Amino acid sequence: MLKKGRKTGLVFFPAFDWAISPTHPEREERLLYTQDQVFEEGLLDFDNIIEYKPGIATTDDINRVHICVPDAATVITESHLISAGGAITAAEKVLKGEVDNAFALVRPPGHHAMLVVHGARGFCNINIEAIMIEYIRKNYGLKKIAVVDTDCHHGDGTQDIYWNDPNVLCISMHQDGRTLYPGSGFQEEFGGPNALGTTINIPLPPGTSDEGFLYVLDQVVLPILDEFKPDLVINSAGQDNHYTDPITNMRFTAQGYALLNEKLSPDIAVLEGGYSIENALPYVNVGIILAMAGLDYSHVREPDFNLDAVKQSDEISRYIKQEATQIYSRWKNRVPLKKSLVGNARYSKRKKNIYYDTDGIREHQEETVRVCDGCGGLVLIDSTSDRGNRIFAIIIPRTSCPDCRQHGEEIYALTNKREYHYVYFQDKDKDIFLVDSRG
Amino acid sequence: MILGIDVGGTHTDAVLIEDLKVKKKAKSPTDEKNLINSLLDVTSELLKGENLEKLKRVVLSTTISTNAIVQNKTDRTGLILVSGPGLPPSLLRINEDTCFISGYINHRGIEIKTIDQNEVFEIGNYFKEKGIQHAGIVGKFSTRNPCQEMTIKDIICDQMRHVSLGHRMSGRLNFPRRISTTYLNAAIWDRYNDFVNQVLNFVCQWGFKVPVYILKADGGTVDITPSVELPVLTILSGPAASIMGIVSMFDRREDAIALDIGGTTTDIAIFADGVPLLEAFGVTINGYKTLIRGLRTKSIGIGGDSMVKFENNQIIIGPEREGPAAAFGGPYPTPTDAMIVLGMTSIGDREKAAKAIAEIAAKMNRSVMETAQIIVDNTCKEIVSHVTDMIEEINNKPVYTIHEMFEVKKLNPKALYVVGGPAQSIHGILGKLLGCPAYVPEHAEVANAIGAALARTTAEVTILADTERGTLSIGQEDIQNAIPSTFSREDAINVAIQKLKEKAVNLGAREEDIEIEIVECQEFNMVRQYYKAGKNIRVKVQIKPGLIAGYKRGNGIC
Repeated sequence: MLKKGRKTGLVFFPAFDWAISPTHPEREERLLYTQDQVFEEGLLDFDNIIEYKPGIATTDDINRVHICVPDAATVITESHLISAGGAITAAEKVLKGEVDNAFALVRPPGHHAMLVVHGARGFCNINIEAIMIEYIRKNYGLKKIAVVDTDCHHGDGTQDIYWNDPNVLCISMHQDGRTLYPGSGFQEEFGGPNALGTTINIPLPPGTSDEGFLYVLDQVVLPILDEFKPDLVINSAGQDNHYTDPITNMRFTAQGYALLNEKLSPDIAVLEGGYSIENALPYVNVGIILAMAGLDYSHVREPDFNLDAVKQSDEISRYIKQEATQIYSRWKNRVPLKKSLVGNARYSKRKKNIYYDTDGIREHQEETVRVCDGCGGLVLIDSTSDRGNRIFAIIIPRTSCPDCRQHGEEIYALTNKREYHYVYFQDKDKDIFLVDSRG
Repeated sequence: MILGIDVGGTHTDAVLIEDLKVKKKAKSPTDEKNLINSLLDVTSELLKGENLEKLKRVVLSTTISTNAIVQNKTDRTGLILVSGPGLPPSLLRINEDTCFISGYINHRGIEIKTIDQNEVFEIGNYFKEKGIQHAGIVGKFSTRNPCQEMTIKDIICDQMRHVSLGHRMSGRLNFPRRISTTYLNAAIWDRYNDFVNQVLNFVCQWGFKVPVYILKADGGTVDITPSVELPVLTILSGPAASIMGIVSMFDRREDAIALDIGGTTTDIAIFADGVPLLEAFGVTINGYKTLIRGLRTKSIGIGGDSMVKFENNQIIIGPEREGPAAAFGGPYPTPTDAMIVLGMTSIGDREKAAKAIAEIAAKMNRSVMETAQIIVDNTCKEIVSHVTDMIEEINNKPVYTIHEMFEVKKLNPKALYVVGGPAQSIHGILGKLLGCPAYVPEHAEVANAIGAALARTTAEVTILADTERGTLSIGQEDIQNAIPSTFSREDAINVAIQKLKEKAVNLGAREEDIEIEIVECQEFNMVRQYYKAGKNIRVKVQIKPGLIAGYKRGNGIC
């Protein structure tokens, strides 16, 4: 009776008993109507759609990615462990070959959580994709991974975590930061000194429709993926580009999401934002699940769909075309760019002021990276928050070169631990995480 | 005194039960065309000399519906689907007479797009032209609001013999399952009604003045009169009877495993706190996934008569069955033969059994006794591994709240019940492997009859209250009531309990058998534009499968 396609895993965890606050967009009700639609469409009855219960992530999984201040347990709730665990479950089912691809339809989201976590920003506490990526790199030895973030908001957390990692390509397409939170994600943000080009930003003007999204997918995202040749493609599948989303200004449709997913063909998709809980999410999610499973999604449409209302203007089309050309040529030019940007410097520094909108925390951070041709480079972070904590972190990158490792270990040994509230030593290759507290 | 009758495809069995014992049994061939005669035949001897004043109830179980579906003895049925956006028609079509019309009810039960009556008239003409007399009408989300199904029915019902409506099948969400359930209900309606008429005629001829029940797939009973609208409820009631049999023999409130080891297959069922588990979505019959509540059973291809082979240095047991055990003249060695050789049972011809096992022993380069032991051990191990898988699957069932992730109890079986031919021989080994005491009920065949006869009426009610819209709907019962904005979760539970009681009584339950359980109870704040606009409350209550009051016991262990 039912047509067969690829085998798709679905980890569904709507956290029906968790909210940031009773009227917050990230509340219990968020995936209620999605559940109704998924159940009513009978999607779990397809032989090739298999539902899995999420696992529960551990603090080790978090410490492999983040520097949580003061520690992981303080900045999260049980719900975060389940959403990160759900992403890990989805990845494991794919990597063990039980399914061809998988969708972690879980909440709360994570893509605004940066490397250092003093609290919650953009509804995110910990970065569930990054936790999943580090888990699978450790356990399955995969080398090159690509994250394509299609949430309407710039995936600034994922970008920050992988800013210096040349083996993780982070592409974010989102509403222009001049018009939307978090206000970043411009094409000039292009990666750290040792990882130029493995951060790609595609800001899109408000009012962009299916046409614009699919244009940059075809002209920028897919060609870059072709050249990068990742072992695994992950879609940070935010659903707030939808024309009915209450907190954004785009015109993407359920059909557009399904088509994007079909073309991108991610190994793993992880839900991020999306707050049009009644008019978008039920249809977008059904579209994505059908597309992932290779089933006919052509009849998935919002009940109020009106083609004329979701068209983009000619001006937007022209703007996006021009932008796509610039971004792609910058990518093509990434190798010579390093010489002109970095020169002969041995260390490269960037200063950041980070605002945690959800928790109302301000952080000042100085990140120092060792310029290196052998690896992503040793990273040193000095961070102070207005809650009074000053921390220092030494991060030895994955597949680090001997020099960066040696420098990192020496700096850790020489650091005066009394100077900071906390000193962290994170060694990705050896899976070591140490904390010294002035306590 | 209870009269239990099982109307099978070939035989009709009847038992008279008194004081939890089978007082008398009778059997006669089933003549489907003239069922009333079969029923009179089988009962005339049985009830001779009995004081019919003492009769409390009559319970029938039947394979009429199941067989009609499995053997394709169904009526041509037209389907009218209001499918709206979502799955394409190609994935929903069930037969050549499946028609699609426009219209849409959304997840909240709000009518988003009205139906076009002209499309319905056209379909009516098509049905007329093709001589289709049975129809099913199914809308997406019709359980949230059945108005479109009702409108369509009003247009076409005059020209049809019978119309089945999707929202009446179940309160659960699942459009494809609603379609197949409604289709099956319509397609077996005539045949089942014929059955019911003959049973009622038979009851009338005897002059019984007691309730007459039919056994359903979930191991519950339903009064025969209201059952005519939903014949599909009676599919797959066979396995339900045997599980209720075990319940009747061991009324213990603990997690347990039940195995029915047949010749070809072994059926596994699981009890949680003594209650048999139900299928999560509904039973599957002949490839049709339905919304019919049914006991959760898993059938595996290994039984007493499974063919035993030695291939690639491995003993392989089943799934083929090529005849009876060698000890009974069958062509291949079987687990039963191995049990005979080991002296675990004294049935059959031991010499023939030993000869068959010797063929395998030669290939394995082992003694006959050793080989027989390996065969029995492997049979048990294989059954046990399926049982463990099933328990793990149940324990890994997805949950949707943090509370359930951390708090929900896991199944931990404390008893194993085994019925079927090899039960007596291998229950001990199975129990040891599963780490729990194993029991074999005496006279399992009798247990089935008692189980069916003592099963209580089961029912389920699903409520959706939406205080933003100000509506409470129980789609399955055609209820759409206005509610105030202050309507609470407690109010919803009260309404649900009240409606479930009414429903159960209408389906034949006695007041004392109504034991209600709240299956689901959720309340969501609905926030629109950053303000609380109302509450979305979901409540599901049920009467679980179990025995009628006054018949509890727990001493049937031998």
